[in-house]
Amino acid sequence: MRMPAPIRLRELIRTIRTARTQAEEREMIQKECAAIRSSFREEDNTYRCRNVAKLLYMHMLGYPAHFGQLECLKLIASQKFTDKRIGYLGAMLLLDERQDVHLLMTNCIKNDLNHSTQYVQGLALCTLGCMGSSEMCRDLAGEVEKLLKTSNSYLRKKAALCAVHVIRKVPELMEMFLPATKNLLSEKNHGVLHTSVVLLTEMCERSPDMLSHFRKLVPQLVRILKNLIMSGYSPEHDVSGISDPFLQVRILRLLRILGKGDDDSSEAMNDILAQVATNTETSKNVGNAILYETVLTIMDIKSESGLRVLAINILGRFLLNNDKNIRYVALTSLLKTVQTDHNAVQRHRSTIVDCLKDLDVSIKRRAMELSFALVNGNNIRGMMKELLYFLDSCDPDFKADCASGIFLAAEKYAPSKRWHIDTIMRVLTTAGSYVRDDSVPNLIQLITNSVEMHAYTVQRLYKALLDDISQQPLVQVASWCIGEYGDLLVSGQCEEEEPIQVSEDEVLDVLEGLLVSNLSTPVTRGYSLTAIMKLSTRFSSLNRIKKVVSIYGSSIDVELQQRAVEYNALFKKYDHMRPALLERMPIMEKTATNGPSETVQTNGETDSTILDTKHLPSISQPASQANDLLDLLGGNDVVPIIQTTVPTKPASAGGELLDLLGDLSLTGGPTPTPASSVPMSQPPFLLDGLTSQPLFNDIAAVIPPMTAYNKNGLIIEFTFERSNPNPNIAVITIHATNSTEADMTEFVFQAAVPKTFQLQLLSPSSNVVPAFNQGSVTQVIRVLNPQKVRCYCEPRTHSASYRSRSSEISPFVLKHLQKSDECLSGAKLNIAKLKLRAASH
Amino acid sequence: MIKFLLMVNKQGQTRLSRYYEQVELGKRASLEADVVRGCLARRKEECSFVEFKDYKLVYRQYAALFIVVGITENENELSIYELVHNFVEVLDKYFSRVIMFSLDKVHIILDEMILNGHIVETNKTRILAPLLALDKMAES
Repeated sequence: MRMPAPIRLRELIRTIRTARTQAEEREMIQKECAAIRSSFREEDNTYRCRNVAKLLYMHMLGYPAHFGQLECLKLIASQKFTDKRIGYLGAMLLLDERQDVHLLMTNCIKNDLNHSTQYVQGLALCTLGCMGSSEMCRDLAGEVEKLLKTSNSYLRKKAALCAVHVIRKVPELMEMFLPATKNLLSEKNHGVLHTSVVLLTEMCERSPDMLSHFRKLVPQLVRILKNLIMSGYSPEHDVSGISDPFLQVRILRLLRILGKGDDDSSEAMNDILAQVATNTETSKNVGNAILYETVLTIMDIKSESGLRVLAINILGRFLLNNDKNIRYVALTSLLKTVQTDHNAVQRHRSTIVDCLKDLDVSIKRRAMELSFALVNGNNIRGMMKELLYFLDSCDPDFKADCASGIFLAAEKYAPSKRWHIDTIMRVLTTAGSYVRDDSVPNLIQLITNSVEMHAYTVQRLYKALLDDISQQPLVQVASWCIGEYGDLLVSGQCEEEEPIQVSEDEVLDVLEGLLVSNLSTPVTRGYSLTAIMKLSTRFSSLNRIKKVVSIYGSSIDVELQQRAVEYNALFKKYDHMRPALLERMPIMEKTATNGPSETVQTNGETDSTILDTKHLPSISQPASQANDLLDLLGGNDVVPIIQTTVPTKPASAGGELLDLLGDLSLTGGPTPTPASSVPMSQPPFLLDGLTSQPLFNDIAAVIPPMTAYNKNGLIIEFTFERSNPNPNIAVITIHATNSTEADMTEFVFQAAVPKTFQLQLLSPSSNVVPAFNQGSVTQVIRVLNPQKVRCYCEPRTHSASYRSRSSEISPFVLKHLQKSDECLSGAKLNIAKLKLRAASH
Repeated sequence: MIKFLLMVNKQGQTRLSRYYEQVELGKRASLEADVVRGCLARRKEECSFVEFKDYKLVYRQYAALFIVVGITENENELSIYELVHNFVEVLDKYFSRVIMFSLDKVHIILDEMILNGHIVETNKTRILAPLLALDKMAES
């Protein structure tokens, strides 16, 4: 039984359009597919074309159509033009390189490229140019090249674009097309011109040799462009009053590629570019398209400065255009040129800033990026006002970028510290939750370094906290500052603005509130707990603080728990160290000055811990006082030092000897010391370092005894032990023995240590070292080296009155004391003088 | 170069699609859905160029039909904007009324205008010449 004739495509479309649901549509399509399949099986030539057309439509809707691929090939092989048309279309839509079927087309295409009818040839070129695989291209490149030289403009233009595809697939064949390009540009037909320019562009982009070869075409291109502009109305190519704008744009693009980096070519095009820029009608979009391309070209080639200014002015005019497309395009181009032509772009700054208020999202983003690029020392105040206003009102996607940009700009160009802090406050309060995580340590560092603004800053941050505790970065910075400068807050010392009356309890209320609030993240809670702890040295309400700290000792959050437990221990066992540990932070130095992103992270703390490897000058900062010892001692290792207060002179019998250090040349001048300062606000790290294994390890390492001095019959030995209960203190016992025949009288052992050490000399057993090793003098020295500092030991003997012994300065270096825990690593005592007087009998 | 050209109606259904760059058949549906979503959501004040993934979209609305063209970074957006208009004008010239029923003819026109992602011909007469010849052949 014969099937009814398959329906036409338009019937199918009409039918499918009537479907109201997806399911209905699917049903219709499936029915039709089945009909088409059976029709294909019947090998019906008449209706194949129709069926494939329908199949293509269904394919476009998203339904599988692969069973039609072979049918397309049959259509291509047919003699009828209508069949071929659909067949090739089907091939372009359904087939691609991955199907093996497409290779079968090669022969057909070859034949069709030589067909008598130009339209058929055109079809073949089109298909080859769309989906030809590398093998096909290789096979058929010769044919394409032949067609490129034909005088038939219809074919020539298609052949040019087909050649582009061939070159893309098989780059080696590029040379083959070179001779054919010789007179492509002398064509009158715009279609051919256009595609030839495309072909030339493709060749230039792919090969630098071709590029230099084609540079000689610049005069010709300039001429063509000139003709386009100067010629009158030509109905063939007119688009809104401009003659073939597409070709103009394409030529300009090719000129751009040819002129880039080449002085001669750039000079040859200067005139025409200026002409296009000034003569083109700007009332319609078409004109603006050409101007846009011109501007891009001017910017890329080596144009003279007058031309560049002209280009930027065009862009400025674009910015004022009502058409948002044009404004968008202008902002994009300005962004590209702002680096190179900064001053020229600055002139349009106010317009750009106005674009921040535009309704279109992409325009706003461009304007924001451009504004940041234009900020400099002169316009910072005005720009920042606009940018802050923008930050208030912009979409959340922008806020993070905007905030970071503002921070960077403020850092580079801040006119005053007060302004800087104000700006930061503003950003934190308006967009606090969008600020990036790494800004928090940078801000903290900035605040620390603006010493005179501490009171003002902490006051403002406190007030901000009262208003809103949901924005984590703001809360973190605020709690850190309150912990640090709480005393300033309570004492009402602010100079910059009206000081507020705050009591200690109120401050602690706020901080405790942060701890319990659901809005606070674990990191924030850590900050506030530490802040509370720090206030224990600044406030007087110790009991309250102790209570809070002990409560959190059993917190579920492990981090909080550890902190609380260690703070508790600080209260109980190490109370004498607490003031030193929780002291005010010194000024932090940056490792690099180009932006806040250079800080080094350690310990995964959110605070920045900075390793400063520069030699700190010993005058200006309090931080460096503690490093004078390194001056003297010239340790070569970078040992992380825990910064504490600079202790006063060690209260010991040997105190006055410190002065003697002045005339000692110990290590031959100040050596460049790798001073490391690791300021921390998190005592857990501190305590970890100090007590190595947590506080509960009382096992002190045994340090072997050593001989400190052995000369002229006098032997001095040190023995070491750790003191209980404080393992940080080393107890050194001196044994002095005398193997000479004479007693040594008036034996006084003195010691001087660097300033960070604390030294206690207990009274010796006697002044006289008996002869013949009959006895010894013992003396106990207690040394506290809170910094893990290596130092040299240099004993000196100075015999003032003993005639037979000359005074010698005999420096030697003690082997460093072996420690198995990190407590006192490498502490070497510095013994300044040993006074010996031997009685002369 | 031009990556693809789509014609979609206001409900988001694809009326015509042409890809000049290999996109897997399975991925086409989702791509089209994304593109359409991006363009239909635009308000009137917003500009016709959208940044989409790593390339750009130029779209233009004609009554109930949206024409969306995906272009690469280096292409001149304003120029493509004009091209879309040119295309519509050609369609207008050939089809006096609703075009969507002769999809194959639209493809033919498109092929005459854009080949392999680049513009071939923009002159209306010359674009329509083969089509008119085809019609004449079909009649006879």
